[in-house]
Amino acid sequence: MPSAKKANLMNKTRTIKVDYLARVEGEGAMWIKIKDREVAGVKLKIFEPPRFFEAFLRGRNFTEAPDITARICGICPIAYQMSAVHAMEDACGIRVKGPLRTLRRLIYCGEWIESHTLHVYMLHAPDFLGYESAIHMAKDFCDLVQRGLRLKKMGNEIVSLLGGREIHPINVRVGGFYKAPSRANLLQLAERLKWARDAALETVRWVAEFPFPDFEQDYEFVALSHPDEYPFNEGRVVSSKGLDIAVREYDEHFVEEQVPYSNALHSVIKSRGAYFVGPLARYNLNFNKLAPMAQEAARAAGLDPECRNPFKSIIVRAVEVLHACVEALRMIDAYEAPEQPAVEVHPRLATGYGCTEAPRGILYHRYRIDEEGVILDAKIVPPTSQNQKTIENDLWKFVPKYLDLPQDKLTWRCEQAIRNYDPCISCATHFLKLKIERD
Amino acid sequence: MTAPRQILVIGLGNDYRGDDAVGRVVARGLKAIGADNVRVVEESGEGAALIQAWKGADFVIVIDAVHSGGAPGSIHRFDAESQPIPSSFFHYSTHAFSIAEAVELARALNQLPAKLVVYGIEGKTFDTGAGLSLEVEGAAAELVSWVGEELRTNSRSQRSDAEDRRDRP
Repeated sequence: MPSAKKANLMNKTRTIKVDYLARVEGEGAMWIKIKDREVAGVKLKIFEPPRFFEAFLRGRNFTEAPDITARICGICPIAYQMSAVHAMEDACGIRVKGPLRTLRRLIYCGEWIESHTLHVYMLHAPDFLGYESAIHMAKDFCDLVQRGLRLKKMGNEIVSLLGGREIHPINVRVGGFYKAPSRANLLQLAERLKWARDAALETVRWVAEFPFPDFEQDYEFVALSHPDEYPFNEGRVVSSKGLDIAVREYDEHFVEEQVPYSNALHSVIKSRGAYFVGPLARYNLNFNKLAPMAQEAARAAGLDPECRNPFKSIIVRAVEVLHACVEALRMIDAYEAPEQPAVEVHPRLATGYGCTEAPRGILYHRYRIDEEGVILDAKIVPPTSQNQKTIENDLWKFVPKYLDLPQDKLTWRCEQAIRNYDPCISCATHFLKLKIERD
Repeated sequence: MTAPRQILVIGLGNDYRGDDAVGRVVARGLKAIGADNVRVVEESGEGAALIQAWKGADFVIVIDAVHSGGAPGSIHRFDAESQPIPSSFFHYSTHAFSIAEAVELARALNQLPAKLVVYGIEGKTFDTGAGLSLEVEGAAAELVSWVGEELRTNSRSQRSDAEDRRDRP
C-alpha cells in the first residue's frame, strides 16, 4: 500500500466500543481507546442502576438479611444467603456444625453446578467455538447443549430440594434451615448426581480442547483457604502474594473506590491494587483440596496446579462442577438428618463478618446489629466488584497483541476476555452510591 | 371422537415489578376457567426452566409482558411454528435467557412443542411494586377472554370440519 496511506493508518485513533455487553449478567458497556497503536484508555462502564441494598437493610431485623440479600442476584442467591447467615452468626457468637454445616455446603454445590454450567455452555463456549450465541451453537452441537442444560438442571434440583425453591430459596435461615431434608430425600438425588458427575467430566474434556489465546498475567489471586476442604463457607482470606487474614480483618486490607464511569465500586488491596477472585483464584490457592477425580481431570486437561491464563477459567469452572458433583455425592452418602433444622441464635450488640465463595469469587458481608437484632449498618462486597480493575487491566494488556485484527474480531476477543470473569453486574451495583451522575 | 387436546398454559413474570406480572395474572384468569384438558403453570421466565416445563407438551400457550416501545396494553401474538420470537420484545435477565431465546434454543434442539403460541402484552411500567397499570390490566382481561375461547374450542372433542366452519363467527 502507498506509504502515505500506511502512515495514516498507523497514526489513527481507534475506539473499540460495545454499548451493551452480551452474554454477561447485568448492564455494562466496554470502551477502549487506541491511539497510535497503543492502548490509551479502558473503561468497563457499568450503567446498571445502583440498587441501594446496603441502605435499606438498615432498620431490618438480622433474621431478614438472608432473604433480602438473596434478591441481589437471581443466579447466586445462595451465595448471598450463606455470606449473610455466617456474618450474622459471627455477630451472635454462633458456629453451625455437623449435618447443618454439611447441608450448607451441599446447597452451595448446587449453586456452583448450576451457575458454572450455565456460563460454560451458554455464555462462554460460543466465544471459543466461534458462535455468536448458544442458540447458533446448539444447531451444530445439539447433544452437547442438551447435556449442558441437563447438568445445569441438576444444580437447580439440589438448590430446590434444600432451599425450597430454585430462585430466591426460602428455606435458609440464620442458624440453619426451616426444614432439614431426610436421608431418603437426599438419596433421591444420588442417581442423577452420578450422571452429573460423568457429564461434568465430559465437560472438562470438551472445554480442554478449545483454542486458548496465549495470555498470562502476574495476578494477585485472592480466595478462601481452609485446612481440610476446597472452600465454600469457611476459611481464612489468602492471596498468592502472601496475604493471610481472618475474615474479620477484611476491611483493614481491602478498600472500595468509586470511579466516575461505573455504578459499581472498584475494590483494591490497600497499597497494592487490583486482584483476582473466582474459580481460577480458588484453584490456584487450593488445588490439593480438590477431589482426586477433579485434580486428575484438571491435569488431563493440560492444567498445572497453577494457572495464570484467565481464558482457561472455563476449564477451571468445569473442574469445579466436577468437584461439586463428587463432593455432593460424598456428603449425601454420609448424611444423617440433624435433630433440629436450626440452632438457636440470640442477637447482641456486635459486628459480624462473613465471607463465602460465590461461583464468581469471594462475597464479603459485614453487619453491625444492636441488642434487639436490628441491623444498624451493612457492607456487601460482591466478587464482580472485586474483579473490575483486573478486567480492565487484562484489556490494557490483551488488546496490543491483537491490534491487527479487524475491528469486529478484535471487539469480540475483548468481550470474550471480559466473559472470562463471568461478571455479574447486578451484584456489582448493589451498593449505596451517594452521587449519581446522569449523562 | 378423539380425546380433547392437552394444553399447557404458562404465565411468565414477576409479581413485584409492575406490569411484568401480567403473564401470571392472565394465567390465573385462565386457571379459573377450570377446563379439564388445560394445565396452567406460572414461571419466572428463565429460559432453561421453560424448556423443561414444556417438555412432552403438545400445545403450549405462553403469556408474558413485552417491552418493544409499542402502545401499552397492545397484544402481540407469535406462532413459534411459523416465525422466530423477537428477543428485543422479551427481556428476562441478561444472564439467563428469556422466552424468545428459549424458543429459538428449543427449535435448534428439536424440542419445540408441536404448537407453541406466545402472547406478549406491551407493558407500561416495570418499576418495583405490585399492581398492573390500567392499560395492561384491561389487556389482561381481554386476553383471558380470547384465550379462554381458544381453550374452549380446543376442549371440545374433535368434530367434523364442516361443523367447525359452521360455528365459527
